[in-house]
Amino acid sequence: MSQIVPDPIARQPWPMLFPLFVLIGFGALVLFSAAGGSWDPYASSHVIRFLVFLPMAFVISLFSRELAQFFAFPIYIVIIVMLMAVEAIGFVGGGSQRWLDLGFMQLQPSELMKPGLVLVLARFYANLPIGLIPTWRSVVPAAALIGTPVALVLLQPDLGTSLALAFGGAVVMFVAGLPLRWFLAAGAAAAVLAPIAFFFGLQPYQQRRVFTFLDPESDPLGDGYHITQSKIAIGSGGLSGKGFNEGSQSHLNYLPEPQTDFIFSTMAEEWGFIGGLVVIGAFAMILGWGLKTARESQDRFAKLLATGMTATIFFYVAINLMMVMGLAPVVGIPLPFMSHGGSSMMTNMICIGSLMMVARWNRRAPRTGLIS
Amino acid sequence: MGLRNRNKRRDIVSQTTLDNAFDRRTFTIGTAMGGLGVLLAARMGYIAIAENEKYELESESNRVNLSLIPPRRGWLLDRNGAPLASNRADFRVDIIPERTPDPDRTVAVLTDILELDENQSADVLKRIEDSPGFQPVEVASGLKYDQFAAVSVRLPDLPGVVPQRGFSRFYPTGPSVGHLIGYVGPANAEEYEEQDRNPLLITPGYKIGKDALEQQFELDLRGVPGARRVEVTASGRIVRDLETREDIQGDPVRLTIDGPLQDYAARRIGLESGSCVVMDCETGDILCMSSMPSFDPNSFSQGIGRVEYAMLREDERVPLRNKVLKGLYPPGSTVKPMHCMAFLDAGVKPEETIICGGGRRIGNRFFNCWSNHGSVDMAKAIYQSCDSYFYHFAQQVGFDHVAKWAHKMGLGEEFPLPVTSQFYGTVPDPAWKKKKFDQEWQPYDTVNSSIGQGYYLTNPLQLAVMSARLATGDRVMPRLRLTDEKPKFEHFDFSPEEIGYVRQAMSDTVNGPGTAGRARLPFDDILMAGKTGTAQVVSLSISDGKTGPWKYRDHGLFVFFAPFDKPKYAGAVVIEHGGGSGSAYPIARDVMTFMFDPAKGMEALRPLEEQWGGTAQQRLNQKYRAYAAAAGEAVPPVPERDEDIFDQVEAEARVAARQPEAIAEEASPSRVDTRSAEEVSEDTSSARPTSSGSTTQATPADDPE
Repeated sequence: MSQIVPDPIARQPWPMLFPLFVLIGFGALVLFSAAGGSWDPYASSHVIRFLVFLPMAFVISLFSRELAQFFAFPIYIVIIVMLMAVEAIGFVGGGSQRWLDLGFMQLQPSELMKPGLVLVLARFYANLPIGLIPTWRSVVPAAALIGTPVALVLLQPDLGTSLALAFGGAVVMFVAGLPLRWFLAAGAAAAVLAPIAFFFGLQPYQQRRVFTFLDPESDPLGDGYHITQSKIAIGSGGLSGKGFNEGSQSHLNYLPEPQTDFIFSTMAEEWGFIGGLVVIGAFAMILGWGLKTARESQDRFAKLLATGMTATIFFYVAINLMMVMGLAPVVGIPLPFMSHGGSSMMTNMICIGSLMMVARWNRRAPRTGLIS
Repeated sequence: MGLRNRNKRRDIVSQTTLDNAFDRRTFTIGTAMGGLGVLLAARMGYIAIAENEKYELESESNRVNLSLIPPRRGWLLDRNGAPLASNRADFRVDIIPERTPDPDRTVAVLTDILELDENQSADVLKRIEDSPGFQPVEVASGLKYDQFAAVSVRLPDLPGVVPQRGFSRFYPTGPSVGHLIGYVGPANAEEYEEQDRNPLLITPGYKIGKDALEQQFELDLRGVPGARRVEVTASGRIVRDLETREDIQGDPVRLTIDGPLQDYAARRIGLESGSCVVMDCETGDILCMSSMPSFDPNSFSQGIGRVEYAMLREDERVPLRNKVLKGLYPPGSTVKPMHCMAFLDAGVKPEETIICGGGRRIGNRFFNCWSNHGSVDMAKAIYQSCDSYFYHFAQQVGFDHVAKWAHKMGLGEEFPLPVTSQFYGTVPDPAWKKKKFDQEWQPYDTVNSSIGQGYYLTNPLQLAVMSARLATGDRVMPRLRLTDEKPKFEHFDFSPEEIGYVRQAMSDTVNGPGTAGRARLPFDDILMAGKTGTAQVVSLSISDGKTGPWKYRDHGLFVFFAPFDKPKYAGAVVIEHGGGSGSAYPIARDVMTFMFDPAKGMEALRPLEEQWGGTAQQRLNQKYRAYAAAAGEAVPPVPERDEDIFDQVEAEARVAARQPEAIAEEASPSRVDTRSAEEVSEDTSSARPTSSGSTTQATPADDPE
C-alpha cells in the first residue's frame, strides 16, 4: 500500500482532509446555486480562498513546538493592538466596527483572535507550574488574557465573536484541569447574571432577536422572518431535497443571506436531509480527528492547543446549525468551510493548520512519555 | 508547598491527575459534541421529514402568488339588446395607501408622469386620506399606453402603486341613464364586511354596483373572477407566470328600457328639472324613466372629482335624486280621469251634470273652480278639468271610495321593481288623516283631494302606472327586467263603454276642446289622450305659480296614453316648478312623437338643443367647467380623455353601417351616444325594435358573449 501512494501524501491526515475537501466542494456547489447558478461571485472566490489558505495551513503545520510557544505571546499582543486599532480607525460595516482596511484586504482582527487566544492560553497553562493549577494564579492571568479581547470585541459590538472567544478560552481552561467546582460556580453565576446582562448589556436589536428566537411566529414578517424562512427552506427540502439549483427559498430571496449565515438552509433545501447528514457527518469526522489529535499528543501545550482549536471550529458549527434550525437566536456566525467569507475561512484554516501541526508533532514524537 | 496545599485545599494536582483530568474532560467534550451532532441531525430530520408537508406548503405559498383577475362586469342591455352599460379596456393606476409610506411624494411623482392637474392630485390625496388603507385608490384611469408603461418602469421607486390593465364601466348615454342605472365604485369597508370579506372586493380596480340597477343586479352582473398564479420573489417581483384562469364575464341583464327613448326623453326635458316615464300598456314594460338633471355615471365610475361632486350636491335641482321614484308631487288634475272611474264604479252616470258657477258650494263653504264652466258632465269635467264637478261628486260618493280606487290604480303603492328605493307618497282618506294628525276628515279635505291637491302626493312612476291602468282597465304592473313571457293582468270591472268614454274624454283634452291642445301629435292617424295637471307649491299669496322665483313656481304634470282608442303606450311627465302643465305636455308630445316616428322626434329636439346649448352631456360638461372656474379650480378646457376619440370611432362605426350622413352630426365632441336616435330617424318605416339591432357590435373590448 505504502508503495502505491507516495509517503509524503500517505503521511497527511486524510481522516480530516477528506471530509474537509468534501465540505469545501459541497460548499462551492451550494454557493454556485445561491448565486443563481453561477460561479460568480461566490463559488469561485470560495474555492480560490481555500486554495490560498490550504497551503497556509500546511505552512503552519511545519512550525516546531518551540517556535509555536515562542510566538504565542507576541502574536496575541499584535492582535490586541489590531483590535484597538479597529476601535480607533476601523471602518463600520453592518452596524458595527469590525474591519481594518489593509489596502490589499479587509482584515477582521477579532477572527484572528480566536486561534490566537487559544494559542496564548495553551502557552500560559503549559508553562504554569502544575502546583499552581488550583490557585488563583491559574485563573486571574487567564481571565485577563480572555477578558481583554472579549471586551474589545464587545465594543465593536460583535456579540457572536466575543461569545466564540469566551467559549474557546473556557474550553482551554476546562481541559487545563482547573477545579470543576470553579466551572460550576461560574455557571451558576452566569445563570444569575445572564438576565441582568440581557436587559442592560444587549442592544435592543439583540434583545429582539432573543425574543424572536423564543417565539419566531410572533413576528413572522419582522425579526422572526429569518428563522421562519430558514426552517421553511430546511423543511421543504424533505429527504432528498428539491434538486440542485431548484431551491425556491434561496433563488427567490426568501432566505436571508443564502450564501453566508444561512448556507446550510440553502443546501438543505436543495439536497435535503441526506445532504444535511453528509455535512454534519463531515464535521463530526473533522472534529473527531481534532479531539483524537489532542488526546494523542503527549505534552500539555499540544493537548491544550489542539483541544482549543477543535472547540473553536465546533463553536462555529454548533451555533450556526442551531441558529438555522431555530434552536438558537440569530447571531451572525457563518458555517466553517461552506459559508462564503474570507475571515471565517482564514480563522478555520488557521485552526486546521494548528491541528495538523500538533498531528505532525505527535507523529514525530510517538507516545514515549516525554514530558513537556 | 505541596503539603500546605493539601491541607488548605483537597486538590492533589500532579502530572498524572492533570492527564487523567484532561482525558476525562476531553471525553466529556467529545461526548457533548457528538450529542449535539445527534441532536442537530434529529432536529433536521424532524423539520425535513416529519414536518416536511407543512414546510413544503409554506414554501409554495411563499413562491406562488395568487392574484385575482376581476371579472368583466355583465352588460346592462336595453330591450333591443343595445348596451346601456358596457365596459371598455382601460389602463389604470391605483395606489394602496397602507403600502405607501409617503403618499405625498408618490402622488407628486405620479402627477408628474401622468400629467395630472393640481385638482386631480388633490382629489387623489383626499381619497387616500379617507380610504381605509387596504383598499386601492384610483389615481387615474383611461391612460395612454405610454403613461402606463412609464409608471410600470418606475415601480421600484413607487411602493404601493399598482398599474393595471383593466376594464372600466362605460355608459354610452351618460346622464340620460344616471338615475336609472346608477354607477359602480370600489367597495367600501362595510360592503367588504357584509360580503364575508370576499377578497374580490378589495382587488385593485374591482368595482361593485353602487346605486340603482347596478346595485340591484350586482350578483347577476358580477361574474366569476379569474386567477393568475405567478412566481414571485420575496420583494414581490414577478418572476414568471405559472398558470392563468380566465375570468367569466357577468351575465348581461336585459331591461325593458328602450335606450334611445330613454335618451331622447332625458334630453327633451332640457333645462327643466323633471322626469318622464313611458310604459307599455300591454306588458307593463317600463320603456323609459328619465330623470333630469342628472349626473354622468361615467364620472362616478371613474371616481368622481371633489369639485364635480360638490357641484352636483349644491344644485337646487337635486341632480343626485331620481325624481321618477323619489320625487313626490301633488298630482293635481291628472287624477281627475281616475276619479271619474271611481265615480262610475259608485254608480254615477256620465251624463249627470252639475252647474259650475266658477266654483261650487260644498257644505257651507264656496270653493272656487279655476274657471266658470257652466253645465258640466263627466267628459267636459275631464277635458276642461272642471274642479266643481269633482268637488260635487267626490262629496257625493265619499272620498273613501275614491281613495280605494286611487290605490287600485297604483297611487300610494310600491311596485315590485329592482330599484333601491321608491317613495310611495300619500293617498289621503279619513282613516289616514285620523292616524296621521288625529283629526277628523273635513269636507274641505274631500274638496282638496278631489282635484289632487291637499295631502295627495304621488311619484311620476305611479302616475304613469295610473295612466296605463286607466287606458286599459287592466291592473298593469310595471316591470324593468325583460322576460319573454307576457304577463297577465287582472281586469277591473268596467265595461268597454265606460273605458271608452274616459279615453274619449282624455283624447278630447288633447285633440278636442280641452286644456292641452298643443299636445296633439303631428300624425293624422295616431291620437294621444292625456290629462294636464298643475300642482301648486306655495299659496297664491306668495306667488302666482307661473313667474317669480323658480322654487315657487307650480309643478307641471301630464299623464297620457296613445293611441287613444287602442292604447299601447302610457306615461307621465312631471316638470318641477315648470310654472304649470304647459311645461309638461310638449315634452310628452315630443317623446311620443319620437316613439312613433324618430325622425320627426329628432326634428323637434334639434332646434331646442341648439337653443339650450347642446345635449344634456355637453351642458353638464360646460356647467362643470363653469362651476370649477368659479370655485377657482383649474379644469382643463377640454376635459376629454383619449378614449373619447374611440367613442367617436365606435359611434361612427355603428352609424356608418346605417347612415353615413349622420357622421357629420356626430362629430361634436361628446360622449353622448346619439346614434340610436339618429339611426332610427333614418328608419322612417317605424320598425323600431329592429333598428337598434346593429348597435351592439362595436365595443371591441368585451363582448357579452
